[in-house]
Amino acid sequence: MHAPDGFLTVPAAVGTALLSAGAVGAALKQSREQLGEQQVPLAGLTAAFVFAAQMVNFPVAAGTTGHLMGGALAAVLLGPWVGLVVVSVVVIVQALVFADGGISALGYNLLNMAVVTSLGGWGVFRLGRRVLPRTRVGVAVAAGLAGFASVVISAMAFSLEWLVGASVPVAFDRVFTAMVGVHGVIGIGEGVITGLAVAAVLASRPDLVTGAAGLELPRVPRTRNRPFAIAVVVASLLVAAVVAQFAVDDPDGLERVAEDTGFAGSAQDHPLGNSIFADYATAGVADEATSLAIAGISGTLLTLAVGGGLFSAVRRRRPSARSHTQSVG
Amino acid sequence: MGAGHAHALYVHEHSPVHALPPHVKVVATVAFVVTVAVTPAPAVAVFAVAAIVLAAVARLARVPFRFVAARLVVVVPFLLVASMVPFVASGERTEVLGVSVSAEGLAAGFGIAARATLGASASILLAATTEVPRLLRGLERLRVPPVLTQIATFMVRYLEVVAGEFGRMRTAMVARGHDPRWLWQARPVAAATGALFVRSYERGERVHAAMLARGYAGTMPQLDEEPDVAPTTWLRALAPDAILVTALLTWMVLA
Repeated sequence: MHAPDGFLTVPAAVGTALLSAGAVGAALKQSREQLGEQQVPLAGLTAAFVFAAQMVNFPVAAGTTGHLMGGALAAVLLGPWVGLVVVSVVVIVQALVFADGGISALGYNLLNMAVVTSLGGWGVFRLGRRVLPRTRVGVAVAAGLAGFASVVISAMAFSLEWLVGASVPVAFDRVFTAMVGVHGVIGIGEGVITGLAVAAVLASRPDLVTGAAGLELPRVPRTRNRPFAIAVVVASLLVAAVVAQFAVDDPDGLERVAEDTGFAGSAQDHPLGNSIFADYATAGVADEATSLAIAGISGTLLTLAVGGGLFSAVRRRRPSARSHTQSVG
Repeated sequence: MGAGHAHALYVHEHSPVHALPPHVKVVATVAFVVTVAVTPAPAVAVFAVAAIVLAAVARLARVPFRFVAARLVVVVPFLLVASMVPFVASGERTEVLGVSVSAEGLAAGFGIAARATLGASASILLAATTEVPRLLRGLERLRVPPVLTQIATFMVRYLEVVAGEFGRMRTAMVARGHDPRWLWQARPVAAATGALFVRSYERGERVHAAMLARGYAGTMPQLDEEPDVAPTTWLRALAPDAILVTALLTWMVLA
């Protein structure tokens, strides 16, 4: 998603730059207390964490891997405003030092990768927490849904920017279908990793998870399954309804969409060629086209899989959660 | 640990480009990139001028072409996108090597490829000739909020440390037979990510405590003051931009 220079037109770049500057400014103001100048080293270290987390490979299917965007993860761990500031710093440094994302493209890159992912992810997380039980599992599942939604929201934001500022005559609905459809699939990975990572932090340092504030920690009451299941179904239907609607919009254009998916698949590269995490690959374009069809028709099922998979995964790990986390390192 | 090393993207040289004050270089780079971004796709000659100007600056800075080319891998995905644009774009069709493509898309695809490559080359040159701490201080001088630049400073300082930490976790996982192929095997990766957050955060707490113990009160001491910049320095730094802008204006008048 690190768009290069000149990917959108100049007015779009200027407009998004103003929006992003406003959002970062507001976030700085909002987080002044938490981010009092004393806390700057902490924020810097978490920024380094987000940068590293974006390089973490996770398996997707048959050995192909993806990597995190991390906006929702940062928002859940640090709160939406500090999360926004930290991810913005990451995006700015990537553009200036790593040439990853154009300098003149910073406006829309910040908007898509820092602003809407943190704020949108946080919004979905709060919604999820309201519906889901007030337990660790509930928080982790809400974080997972937030991770999934943040990627889809980011893709939507990019498509909307394309509507105002396309530099290339490719129709909006094609870009939207491809971006949102493909990212509906990519988002599943983001959601699973975000949820499980939050669960791992909850297991060892629950006090560090800003989004879990107010959770009674020592007591982990047994979740009653039915209300939980209903909540997951409702939440996933809401999200999936949006995705599915656009994905089935243009069934005969799927071959074209396959080519359009370059816009999304291309987002997944990183310049640290000599780093240990460097050699990942994204799913091939053709593969993504198939995935896209699946996403369109059965978005609901996939979203349920995220929720259900997270739920069972988190539940299974709970008894030995602490020792497990430590044995990893 | 990661201390004391210049960044991998930095090329240690003593050249006129390296010697320029960082904030001047940032302004010059941004101006260059913005000019490239506003150049219309049909202006092939202007893109060529931009490429020549960049090559000259790289030569002056003694940054090897191979170094820039290797770093340009970042934009390869977008070049692939750009090469697909002629096939998916709407508009009048034309024939290239017997394949029907969109004429407008062909030009636009070239525009995307040219801007992405030139823009990325410009930022690669900036990073190659400016050490990151100086770059960040330059940003501060350009009135970027100090909170942002300070966070960035700490981030860059500890990036290798945190990445190394994750590398060791990964080595440990691989040594224990971790070889995930499917998403549902991703839990160890996620758990390691969570553990990495906890470790980074706790390291931040320790760093902060150590800094407080040494008298840190919210601002970093300035060890080397950047001197004031002479107007001639600005002129020299902006000369490549001036050439490019002239080329663009000439093209617009002629076209």
